[in-house]
Amino acid sequence: MEFGPYLLLACLEGAVLAAVLALMASGLSLVFGVMRVVNVAHGEFYMLGAVMAWVVTSVLGGGAVINFVAALILAPLIVGALAVLADVTILKRLSYDPERTIVATIGLLYIIQQLALMGYGPEARPVAPPFNSRIALPWVEWGEGGIGLYFPWGLSTTSYKLFVIVAAVVLLAALRLFMTRSRAGLIMRATQADGEMATAFGIPVERVYALVFGAGAALAALAGVLIVPIQQAHYLMGGDALLLSFIVVIIGGLGSLAGTVVAAVLIGMSDGIISVFFTPTLAKIIATLLVALVLVFRPQGLFGVRER
Amino acid sequence: MSDVILSTKGLSKSFDGLRANHDINFALHRHEVHALIGPNGAGKTTFVSMLIGRLRPTSGVITFEGRDVTRLGAQARVQAGMAYTFQITSVFAKLSCHENVALAARRLGGDVEAEVASALSRVGLGARAGEIAGDLSYGHQRLLEIAMGLAQRPALLILDEPTQGLAESEIAGFKALIRGLATETTILLIEHNMSVVMELADRITVLNFGEVLAQGTPQEIHQSAEVQSAYLGTGGDDAEH
Amino acid sequence: MRGKTWGAVVALHLGLVAVLFALNFVLPVYHQGVLARVMVLAVYAIGYNIAFGYTGLLSLGHAMFFGAGLYGAGLMGLHFGMSALPAWLVGTGAGALLALVVGALALRTAGVSFMIVTLMFAQAVYLTILYFGDITHGDDGFVVPGVSRTLAGIDLSQQHPRYLVGWVLFSAALLFSLWLVRAPFGRVLVAIRENEERARLLGYDTGRRKLGALVISGAISAASGAAYGLLFGYVGASFAGVQYSIFALLWVLLGGAGTVLGPFVGTLFMFYLIDLATGVTDAYMLIAGVVLVGLTLFAPQGIVGEVRRRLWRDLP
Repeated sequence: MEFGPYLLLACLEGAVLAAVLALMASGLSLVFGVMRVVNVAHGEFYMLGAVMAWVVTSVLGGGAVINFVAALILAPLIVGALAVLADVTILKRLSYDPERTIVATIGLLYIIQQLALMGYGPEARPVAPPFNSRIALPWVEWGEGGIGLYFPWGLSTTSYKLFVIVAAVVLLAALRLFMTRSRAGLIMRATQADGEMATAFGIPVERVYALVFGAGAALAALAGVLIVPIQQAHYLMGGDALLLSFIVVIIGGLGSLAGTVVAAVLIGMSDGIISVFFTPTLAKIIATLLVALVLVFRPQGLFGVRER
Repeated sequence: MSDVILSTKGLSKSFDGLRANHDINFALHRHEVHALIGPNGAGKTTFVSMLIGRLRPTSGVITFEGRDVTRLGAQARVQAGMAYTFQITSVFAKLSCHENVALAARRLGGDVEAEVASALSRVGLGARAGEIAGDLSYGHQRLLEIAMGLAQRPALLILDEPTQGLAESEIAGFKALIRGLATETTILLIEHNMSVVMELADRITVLNFGEVLAQGTPQEIHQSAEVQSAYLGTGGDDAEH
Repeated sequence: MRGKTWGAVVALHLGLVAVLFALNFVLPVYHQGVLARVMVLAVYAIGYNIAFGYTGLLSLGHAMFFGAGLYGAGLMGLHFGMSALPAWLVGTGAGALLALVVGALALRTAGVSFMIVTLMFAQAVYLTILYFGDITHGDDGFVVPGVSRTLAGIDLSQQHPRYLVGWVLFSAALLFSLWLVRAPFGRVLVAIRENEERARLLGYDTGRRKLGALVISGAISAASGAAYGLLFGYVGASFAGVQYSIFALLWVLLGGAGTVLGPFVGTLFMFYLIDLATGVTDAYMLIAGVVLVGLTLFAPQGIVGEVRRRLWRDLP
């Protein structure tokens, strides 16, 4: 394949990654923004979403479309409920102390991951996409008779991948509307601005926190469901996803949905494009170092005011 | 050695364009007890934070012991001979009183045990050396703060609202302590309690709206009409009450 | 702490050292092997404890220092046939140097940011090990050659020498940390942990002392990593992964952060817990997760911390 078409392909793959990443990272960002909790177990909620998608599909055993729609609804609900449970039984009792909650969510990470290993097993399992037609993509060429379109061999995507991109855009737009227009969103933002003040105004902060934690996990699970037809479900898939989400949230800036989405597109696309030139490992080294340096030299980037 | 231990020239600080301190010229003489007063929001805390190096001034110069310290960090200023006691009690709550004061004394070397014992007994906490600082009453924690200041054998001791939250009896003890200290060190006292100020201070500087409103002896300040109207109100306490 | 209790404290620590020495001659082979491992890894935990327990620097990336020691020593053996002692010194030095560089950058942040920055740096180090697979043998790792596993003609891969070298290293690290926390430098570290701003306003250059603490912590962690590779003969990337950073945190939290004995107690407990679990299930990390959550919820002081709180206030 020539370079131009190859780059287009890389961009498309990057856009799919960006879409999934944006969903997942906005969950992490939401939780950090409202609760000031860095949820290290976020990657495991993503993994649980993918695993639940497989479970729902195998239990239901219906057609691919029905299975997938059911998974899309049920998996985030189940995972969200689990997260609410974790919030009420663990995080709430730590009074959301920043350092202790990180340690606790590290513990949670291993508990979820290892329970998945025990219940689901070490295999990677696929879920059939609801639709998956191959779409060949055209490329522009300067021919003898001026500009012409042709279809290079290998330059294609699938309808499902395009669906993932569209679905992520719709979901993120809905999330934004929810946060800015709905009463619940207003309450969340009020809690984010000042928890004590919110309490004084009679906002049930504890319940808001539990729901936000659940919603954040549900977003990760949703991302997991969307990715599983492309990438199989595996009990260790949360680690890399967590790292990428961290990178996105840190570069995008504190609790800002718009920043998160922009950063996800940036990271997702550059990951696709960089992997054209570098090995994935080198790309990851550069990305992690970059994030560390952003935090060192622009600490206001993610965590706002310097702590204590 | 010059008679002026600390001075500021044209010291100013703005936060996002808001003038917290403006063009403050100030001189502190060796072995005086100098009180800094002014209504809430007059810029006292900003001014003192710049003196000790917790805040960088927007412009102006701070000279300590004949040396320009404007660009030095807080720890360097403390090493040069300033000591600061926090307005909000800031002792090491989980450590013993002894260790709190020892941390202050140890940097200077010498006989740490003797220094600690002497500093604690001067503030009246000699019998509580082994207690955990966080278990002390609020008033005792304030006294521990002062003991930590003393143990550093500072050339200049800055006390930020030292009597806040003390009982009347404790305030009497505090006054006696400061009178005793005046012979060996210079004291800058940021204080709300006018009886403490009038009794202890050799000289007073009044800040208002981030500027120096008046300077003089307690007598002069008490009689100044300007100060009366800005701050002392009807000759009583804080004008904001 | 006055003379008398200090005497008891010293006796307790020396007693542990003596008991561990004696155990070499009485333990069955299996447990002797486990304890040798525990002692070497407890040195890693002791190093971590100096940063986290005493200075309050919650790092999530200490595996990079352990890994620097492991690879520093192992690669010297693999590529240059260096013998044990110089290889160990290279490994330890590599960890100290890495800690200096990482500390100079990461210590510009605090709290949660510091946790994430150390996590990211460690991840970069881990990926770098994988990236230079030609030299490091990547994921597979490598076996340390025999020449590097001899010290003054003694074969360190043998049971008894291995145990005793581990014991020497552990005793040195334990007594060093006991000395450090009583020394003026260590006291200032505790002051920084408790209230950094106050320490700074007592005239202490807290930034440099935190860096000093991190370098000491990194060097001790690397000393443990280097010894681990040389004594047990295998060097692999997983030892530099996130999991090993979490292990250090887990051992120290379980034993008691900010206590001299805590790192050893925590490592020992966790080792036998996981040892028991592996007999039952592959998912032995489940235990680690449950213990982490349980500790943060119910016993943030850890085992030795609880002993100090309830029984022996002056225990360092």
